[in-house]
Amino acid sequence: MKTHIQVKNLNVYYGKQQALKNINIEIPRNQITVIMGPSGCGKTTLLKTFNRFFELSENTQLTGEVLVDGQNIYDKEVDVTEVRKVVGLLAQRPSPLPMSIYDNVAYGMHIHKMKNDRAEYKAAVRHYLEIAGLWEEVHKRLHDPATSLSIGQQQRLCLARGLAVEPEIILGDEPTSALDPISSQNIESRLLDLKKQYTTVIVTHTLRQAKRLADHVIYMYLGEVIEAGPAHEVFTNPQHERTKQYLEGLF
Amino acid sequence: MGINNKMKKKHFQRRHLVELFMKTIMRIALVIVAGALGLILWTIITRGLPALSWDMVSQVPKGGYYMGKEGGILNAIIGSAYLATGGTLLAIIISLPIALYLKAYLGNSKWGGYVRLSLDVLWGIPSVVYGAFGFALMIFFGLRASLLAGIIILALIELPIMTRAMDEVIRRMPVDLEHAALALGSTKFEVALHVVTRQMLPGIVTAILLAFGRGIGDAASVLFTAGYTDRIPTSLMRPTASLPLAVFFQLGSPYPEVQQRGYAAALILTIIVLAVSLGSRWLSARLNKYTVK
Repeated sequence: MKTHIQVKNLNVYYGKQQALKNINIEIPRNQITVIMGPSGCGKTTLLKTFNRFFELSENTQLTGEVLVDGQNIYDKEVDVTEVRKVVGLLAQRPSPLPMSIYDNVAYGMHIHKMKNDRAEYKAAVRHYLEIAGLWEEVHKRLHDPATSLSIGQQQRLCLARGLAVEPEIILGDEPTSALDPISSQNIESRLLDLKKQYTTVIVTHTLRQAKRLADHVIYMYLGEVIEAGPAHEVFTNPQHERTKQYLEGLF
Repeated sequence: MGINNKMKKKHFQRRHLVELFMKTIMRIALVIVAGALGLILWTIITRGLPALSWDMVSQVPKGGYYMGKEGGILNAIIGSAYLATGGTLLAIIISLPIALYLKAYLGNSKWGGYVRLSLDVLWGIPSVVYGAFGFALMIFFGLRASLLAGIIILALIELPIMTRAMDEVIRRMPVDLEHAALALGSTKFEVALHVVTRQMLPGIVTAILLAFGRGIGDAASVLFTAGYTDRIPTSLMRPTASLPLAVFFQLGSPYPEVQQRGYAAALILTIIVLAVSLGSRWLSARLNKYTVK
């Protein structure tokens, strides 16, 4: 297992409340890692430390290190926009930008000046819409507002938009919780398709989804990592009583 | 139980009656509003249209104009355009920072509430009071009635309505949108420029239009501060005519021809407001196409 993200002695505070307690984990490259645990256990907070999104809340404090390919993303000389280019996020609810379908995908590439001319942008937009499985549905109305799409389509658009800036890591913060079953399944199969090229970290509160997706599992409880390891081991033979109880659906 | 239950039937009937009653009240209210607008338009069109001529809109008053002789009210048209445009621009410069400050720093805090309350009170103050206040200020600073003073006072009148309208628009900005752009690696400035502005622009255009409408139609405040003159103003320090006052003065005349011209001036003012409203609605709809609702 090659490590892509390494978390060392991570502590996070919201005001005086400690949200994450001394986290030490490794996230393998090109696999799907699922973070699970009961609500309020800090799984979303942990996810948000990977793209420095938890900083957007006020009054936060962080000690320890989050290393992506060996580079601590909290180092002073690291540019936060660069971190977020490498570490993409698929949010809980799709939030398309107030632009056309085309511009939603092109936006990230434009701000990072990733292509040279219109033709290249056009080709790239098509490419990522195809990867997200949306091209067939939207290629005739690329200049319609993104909000005219259904919620499930919007989430796939957000996936295409995120992939277009060529990240190495995809974070998913309960990315299917707002979607209907068919759209959820669609997103899940995209994520499975993509895991060969991207390191994926998903937060979920549904155990069945975790079992469908996970290669690697992190189980959290009250701000601490209780257990982490390969999915088949954790699911079939959990080492901790708490994990066992959670898997049995006791809470 | 069941669908045709007698006890329940009575209850259903009562609810339908209530609905019918409320619907009728709403329709009556609608008829009153539409009827009032219709009557006003009818009055100014029937009385004003015969007096409306090319001269009215292309010439300044000549000798004896106010007794029914030649001339027009170009002075008032241009004066009002200057006053309302200047006042609105000045109000934007002040309102936008207040609205942004309210959002970014005060939010829903106690002080935010005080500021909003003050703006709401200012909104309700009659414009003649603004005029008197402006006049007192002008005396204090040794200023005479001028285009500049008129612009300043109109900006003050427009300020509360514009700020509150912008405030509502900015408060409705979904935070998810900012996060979505940040997650792609945008800087905060890029988020503000590409996302926040796009999302809020239609609402801001509407806020500006509301304020402009109030500014251009106001008579009492400019009477005190901008004065009235038959000439087109050539500098900010000169007094200027305005359409509301042109209406007011001419309607007060004993000569029927001049009264008719007053209605014609009102018609011109209405057409300008209508044109600006339609224009900004068109703009707003265009800008609105991609916004996230």
